[in-house]
Amino acid sequence: MSDAPIVQMTGITKDFTGVRALDGVDFTLRRGEIHAVMGENGAGKSTLIKVLTGVHDPDAGRILLDGEPVRFHSPGQAQAGGISTVYQEVNLTDNLSVAENLLAGREPRLGPFINFRAMRRKAKALLDEIGIDLNVAAPLSSYSIAMQQLVAIARAIDIDAKVLILDEPTSSLDRDEVAVLMRVMRSLAERGTAMVFISHFLDQVYEICDRMTVLRNGTLIGEWAVSELPESELIGHMLGREVQTLGALEHRAARHRPDDDVLVSARGLGRKGSVSPFDLDIRPGEVVGLAGLLGSGRTETARLIAGADRADSGALEFRGERLRGHNPRTASARGIGFCPENRKTEGLVGDLTVAENMILAMQAARGWARTVPPARRDALVAEFIEKLDIRPADPDLPVKNLSGGNQQKVLLARWMLIEPRLLILDEPTRGIDVGAKADIQRLVNELSEDGMAVLFISAELEEVTRLSDRIAVLRDRELIDILHQESDMTTDRIVETIVEKGGDK
Amino acid sequence: MSTTVTERPSRTTLFDGLGRYIPIGVTVALLIVMYLGGIAAFPRFSSPQVIASLFIDNAALLIIAVGMTFVILSGGIDLSVGSMMAFSTMSIAALTVDLGVPAEVAVAAVLAFGTLSGLFTGAVIHYFNVQPFIATLAGLFLYRGLTLQLSDHDVSMRDIAFFDWGMLRMDFAGGQRDGGFSLPNISFIALAVVIVAFIVLHYTRFGRGVYAVGGSESSALLMGLPVARTKVGVYAVSGFCAALGGVVAAYYTKSANPLAGVGLELDAIAAVVIGGTILTGGTGFVLGTVAGVMVMGLLTTLIAFQGDLSSWWARIVVGVLLLAFILLQRFLSRSGEKRRT
Repeated sequence: MSDAPIVQMTGITKDFTGVRALDGVDFTLRRGEIHAVMGENGAGKSTLIKVLTGVHDPDAGRILLDGEPVRFHSPGQAQAGGISTVYQEVNLTDNLSVAENLLAGREPRLGPFINFRAMRRKAKALLDEIGIDLNVAAPLSSYSIAMQQLVAIARAIDIDAKVLILDEPTSSLDRDEVAVLMRVMRSLAERGTAMVFISHFLDQVYEICDRMTVLRNGTLIGEWAVSELPESELIGHMLGREVQTLGALEHRAARHRPDDDVLVSARGLGRKGSVSPFDLDIRPGEVVGLAGLLGSGRTETARLIAGADRADSGALEFRGERLRGHNPRTASARGIGFCPENRKTEGLVGDLTVAENMILAMQAARGWARTVPPARRDALVAEFIEKLDIRPADPDLPVKNLSGGNQQKVLLARWMLIEPRLLILDEPTRGIDVGAKADIQRLVNELSEDGMAVLFISAELEEVTRLSDRIAVLRDRELIDILHQESDMTTDRIVETIVEKGGDK
Repeated sequence: MSTTVTERPSRTTLFDGLGRYIPIGVTVALLIVMYLGGIAAFPRFSSPQVIASLFIDNAALLIIAVGMTFVILSGGIDLSVGSMMAFSTMSIAALTVDLGVPAEVAVAAVLAFGTLSGLFTGAVIHYFNVQPFIATLAGLFLYRGLTLQLSDHDVSMRDIAFFDWGMLRMDFAGGQRDGGFSLPNISFIALAVVIVAFIVLHYTRFGRGVYAVGGSESSALLMGLPVARTKVGVYAVSGFCAALGGVVAAYYTKSANPLAGVGLELDAIAAVVIGGTILTGGTGFVLGTVAGVMVMGLLTTLIAFQGDLSSWWARIVVGVLLLAFILLQRFLSRSGEKRRT
């Protein structure tokens, strides 16, 4: 590993419609190193990366690539310059085949025509190199998101990249797939490729990275070698405050009064091909966690209860009344709020402002004829922006300009405004940073103390155990057990349950 | 490499792969049913000239629909093609009859103008981020108005020898008398356009780029594909095809009608959709468009053979078919989503 910098960014500043996303940030990347860019959501990591890859033009600052000043105006230019990127969301076109996605734009050709056979061969070889075996002629859409992500990485590697940027590539991968990715990253580093790695999984950062740069609120905090910066200090730098929030949220006391008053009761509720019939009761003031692996039916269970999908068997009772024709509209009228997993496509309207997004559900509940009075609206919005610590605290900003964590908070505020009886949160903390995560966990706690029932889904078992009163464990689209004893609220116990009950069959 | 991650495509891949061919399969099946039905009902329907005539009467529509296929595959729409066709025909008439410009020059000028106009529309759509619907709607009014400005009545081009070439026929299998069929040159132009379009769409980077942009424009951009060139390019292709449609119309009727091709853009869109291309882009085939044009032509033919029905029945049936095909596509794409989650 030489110390020669391959990328040097100095004094990078970028404004978005009045918000300063980056303020004079410096960043240095050396040959053959894996460099983590750390920070909360909204710290400016994504913006820094997008400036480097030509998606955004910086308002000020210089970029040196191999000592030469450069300025890219499109990702295509950056790729040509040797900088390629893998994004958190899979940015491929799933209507084309795997091979086409891998090689789009640089297909092997015979004269002006694409040589499909050579293309498939080349694609196969490329995937072999990183240890993946796929049918490259199949449409990309026939593979799982995780596999699509690995295809995206294979594509980025093939562009003979001097610099490879991995922006949260692991958020949709399982452990084996992460291992494959890390192996690929190491072998690339040995070849001298410099990599920028962005991830919210601190353990992954510590496992693979050589160096890290920490950002906070658009400014540079510092650069450290990974071995010199213990995790607790890193979190301190990222949050800029003493780390008590997470600590204070040790497992909540088993303060639960045995409440016979059942809010929602599912009996044999199921839907073919999505989740087998299950029984589940949710009581007021209770947090019920749904735990299971990716694809175990967590989201599907929540969607049935929320009325987003129609059940084809069983019954759902709400406060003792059997629900018929259950749909998101009637659910919302009864006080069931649902924050879906995919906040961009299913929850928020990106072009509307923070205030407008917050008020949506409340307005829907009142009907179109009775608008929320402006003064009341402003007061409510201001209250929730403060309560949830939404940053920047500007109600008139389009929601799409906010970072992921803050978008999530806006979505939460929307449902809190109508004071639902049951709030369903599907992966509310996915892809957001430690600070926002702690805020959201604290909020879930507070809400349930006020008597709201919460159905909480998260891929992070630790989070589920920390928050939940009871945990429903799912496996292979089946609810296999409900853990309710205090002693059962551990990640080990959940994993055991998944393994044991799976073995029964 | 110690471990290899293998993933088979989800179990339904075979079906998924075939799923793409279901709409076009339905169209082809429909064609066959219509054809066999026609033969059963009308004795003279079995003459091969019935099929050949589809490629004569609909040559201009076919060419324009092929251009439209490019645009729709990329996720756009082009409403200006009908007006552009009429404007092209009328311009040729004005140039040759009124100004005495050699016909070859007039044709070349019109084709160049159509392409440039498409380039311009595409650039407006891409660089100013204008909805294709609105940008091309402007073209629909603009070129129709210009056409009427050139002449508000039919202009005959009968005296110009150049336009005799288009309807010169070539006999196949002995020609119509001996149970074969004959095709004029304009049909060959249309078929050549289809073949070139097929090769471009399936075997060139531009063509695959059209599919990629239609699949997801933002992804295509991040993959470093030339999105701007592709998006502008499809409108240039469509503009060229519309102008060529105008040339073919000049050959076909040897006259220019200022109100020719009113609503033709909608016929072209209907043919593309019936041919199995999805309006949101990214999925479809140019050969499907050929089948779509044939379905629409065969409908008119059937009604002509029947004799009693008003010709508007063809429109009614096209309406019903469109609805059915859109529902079919919706159903297919939704069941695709369901299987994946």
